[in-house]
Amino acid sequence: MKVRVEVRLKPGVLDPAAATILRSLHRLGFDDVQDLVQVRAFEVDIAKVRPEDALADARAMADQLLANPVIETYRLDLVE
Amino acid sequence: MRVWHGESELPEVDLVGLPGGFAYGDYLRCGAIAARAPVMAAVVRFAAAGGRVLGICNGFQVLCETGLLPGALLANEGGRFVSRWLDVEVVGPPTDFTGGLPHGASLHLPVAHHDGNYVADDETLDRLEAEGRIVFRYRRNPNGSARDIAGIINDQGNVLGLMPHPERAVGMELGSADGAQVFRSLMEALG
Repeated sequence: MKVRVEVRLKPGVLDPAAATILRSLHRLGFDDVQDLVQVRAFEVDIAKVRPEDALADARAMADQLLANPVIETYRLDLVE
Repeated sequence: MRVWHGESELPEVDLVGLPGGFAYGDYLRCGAIAARAPVMAAVVRFAAAGGRVLGICNGFQVLCETGLLPGALLANEGGRFVSRWLDVEVVGPPTDFTGGLPHGASLHLPVAHHDGNYVADDETLDRLEAEGRIVFRYRRNPNGSARDIAGIINDQGNVLGLMPHPERAVGMELGSADGAQVFRSLMEALG
C-alpha cells in the first residue's frame, strides 16, 4: 500500500529557494504568480493491507523523521 | 576519542563533542539522519545524566533535530553558503562553556555553513532570552538567524550548540585564538 507524505514549511518560515524560483518565474514574464511554495513529497510503499494501518505507519514515520514539527507540517494521502 | 555512529553505548568520557561536517550529506534536513543514528540514543542518555555535550555547526543542527536543544536551523536567508570570519558576542550568565569569558566579550571565529538560520516560535525565543540561554550572538547577522542567535544552551546548562567554529580558532597561526577560551572554560568546569 503506497502512501504519499507531503511535507512543507510552516507559513511564515522563509524558504530562500522558493523565493529565488518565484523571482525567476517573474523574470520569465509570469507576472500573475503571487506566491510559490516548495513541497517535499515521499511515496512510501508499506506492507500493510488496510489503508488505516498504512496511514498510521506513515504518520509515525512523518512524526519521527520525515517532517520536523518545529518548522514543517505534513499531509498524508493514499496513492492506491 | 572517536565514537562510531553505529555504537549503542558511549565510552567513559567527560564531554561529548558533535563536530561539523554535513553528516549523511544533510539529506532530508540538516542533521536529521545523524540525529537518528544509533549512538544518539546514548548521547541523549549521557546528556540526561548531566554530561556536557558540545555541538558545533552540523553538531548544533543534530542537537536541534535530536530535541536536546529547541528550535531548528534552516537555509541561510541569502540562500548562499557563508564561509568567513566574524565576531560573536558572549551574552547571558556564565556557563560551563563560557565561564572564563566576561559578559559582552567578543570572539573572532569562522563560520562555514549553508543552514545557520536559527528558527523557533516566539514563545521559545522569549523563553531562551528570559532564561539567559542565548549564549552567543552575531554582531552582524550572516544568515538571518532569529534574534542574531549564534549559539544556545539547554535548560540544564550542560548541552550547548553553536554555528561558529571555536575549534578552528585555537591559535594565532589559525587567525584567532579566541575559540580556545571555550575549551579552557570547559576544562575548568570539568576539573
